[in-house]
Amino acid sequence: MIVKAIISVVAFLVLGPFVGGLLAGLDRKLSAKMQRRVGPPVLQPFYDVGKLFQKEKQTPTRFQDFYVLLFVVFIIASGVLFFMGGDLLLVIFTLTIGAAFLIIAAYSSNSPYAELGAERELLAMMAYEPMVLITVIGFYMYGGSFKVSEIMAADNMAFLPMIGIFFGWVFILTLKFRKSPFDLSMSHHAHQELVRGATTEFVGRTMGWVEISHWYENVFLLGFVFLFFANGTAWGWIIGIVVAILAYFFEVFIDNCFARMKWQFAFKSAWVVAVVLGMINLFVLYICF
Amino acid sequence: MSAAYVTKSPWVVHYDGSSCNGCDIEVLACLTPMYDVERFGIINCGNPKHADVFLVTGSVNEQNKGIVKQIYEQMPEPKVVVAVGICACSGGIFKDCYNVMGGVDQVIPVDAYVPGCAARPEAIIDAVVKGLGVLQAKRDAMVKAVEAPAEEAAEAAAEEVATEEKKAVAVPPIFTMAEIKVNTMDFLKK
Repeated sequence: MIVKAIISVVAFLVLGPFVGGLLAGLDRKLSAKMQRRVGPPVLQPFYDVGKLFQKEKQTPTRFQDFYVLLFVVFIIASGVLFFMGGDLLLVIFTLTIGAAFLIIAAYSSNSPYAELGAERELLAMMAYEPMVLITVIGFYMYGGSFKVSEIMAADNMAFLPMIGIFFGWVFILTLKFRKSPFDLSMSHHAHQELVRGATTEFVGRTMGWVEISHWYENVFLLGFVFLFFANGTAWGWIIGIVVAILAYFFEVFIDNCFARMKWQFAFKSAWVVAVVLGMINLFVLYICF
Repeated sequence: MSAAYVTKSPWVVHYDGSSCNGCDIEVLACLTPMYDVERFGIINCGNPKHADVFLVTGSVNEQNKGIVKQIYEQMPEPKVVVAVGICACSGGIFKDCYNVMGGVDQVIPVDAYVPGCAARPEAIIDAVVKGLGVLQAKRDAMVKAVEAPAEEAAEAAAEEVATEEKKAVAVPPIFTMAEIKVNTMDFLKK
């Protein structure tokens, strides 16, 4: 058991950024194809981060870089807790602390663009957090455990009984991946009204670390999608991984089909989804299990 | 020597000095499916703190020289400046206007000049790609400065500035000023 946990943690730490970076590269390639462009090489995200690490060090305040470091540490820690089969509650609390440090880092720069981006990131957090909690509670009500290792070893797939929560989770993935229509706090695309939002003041290697932790975060968020299909068999693994990849490319598709929405819409729609899909599903789970 | 990532992902920040928008439209045309500069990893990022290449269109005047300087200073090293269009190169037909200072090189060091009115997208892409050589040279200079022994560091840094200034001049722009003048004269004759 412990050996298995150590292996999956090491695999996450080593392979996580590669898988995340590759997914980001495929995202850009696919987006380009959808716009009838050739697009960058698939390895472009790695070149970008390599370049960022070769830039001059520059920072508006040294506190900012410390907060970014804490963001990186807590995001990686939440992924490690998840992949070692730990407690889901602990995982989402660690993730929330990580996200909070990114917001504090953006605030600390005193740049108007970064501050507004941080404010929007805070609102996005408020928008997705209920659904994250409902997802975790749903896993507990269905399987009777918060432990990832026990959910993984369950006899039945959680997907069908938790189908509402599944779609709710896919909905908030758009917020978590910061894809259109909810890329309001920071955007990977060209010009936006806030320059680059919360990441405006991150220069060189600071920005590089933010990118790398986003790769870790994306892999670990897709791990949640996988968890809906895990039932301890090989089929559970295959279906889970395929659906996780499909969910990622569905987000890319949505990203290319929508313009950016205002934060009011992001907030309202996320809460409506959480109440309608999440709460009704929880109610059904309460009655049936 | 570290791998040459600086040349593989040049992010661009674009500033319109006092351009008529002709060159700006050509800069943005580079992003369209027709030219698709993202093939080379080029992104128009709109943030000087993330940018490697500074594209300036239009001449510099008393109103905007401070802004051009500020954007240049906010960009972290290594960085490259490309003057796009004849106005950014020399002031163009506005050169003798009472408020126009001339080309961008009056305010900040320019690494590549793109003549034309308006500059062709192909020429702009060519200039950015040529600018990558300068970017790599500046990066190598940075690495050397870090690797230099501590007691020589200050001396090296002083030399660094000097060589970099020389380099900005020494690296041949894709078109020399003489050629630009010829081109401009041809253009005016037409």
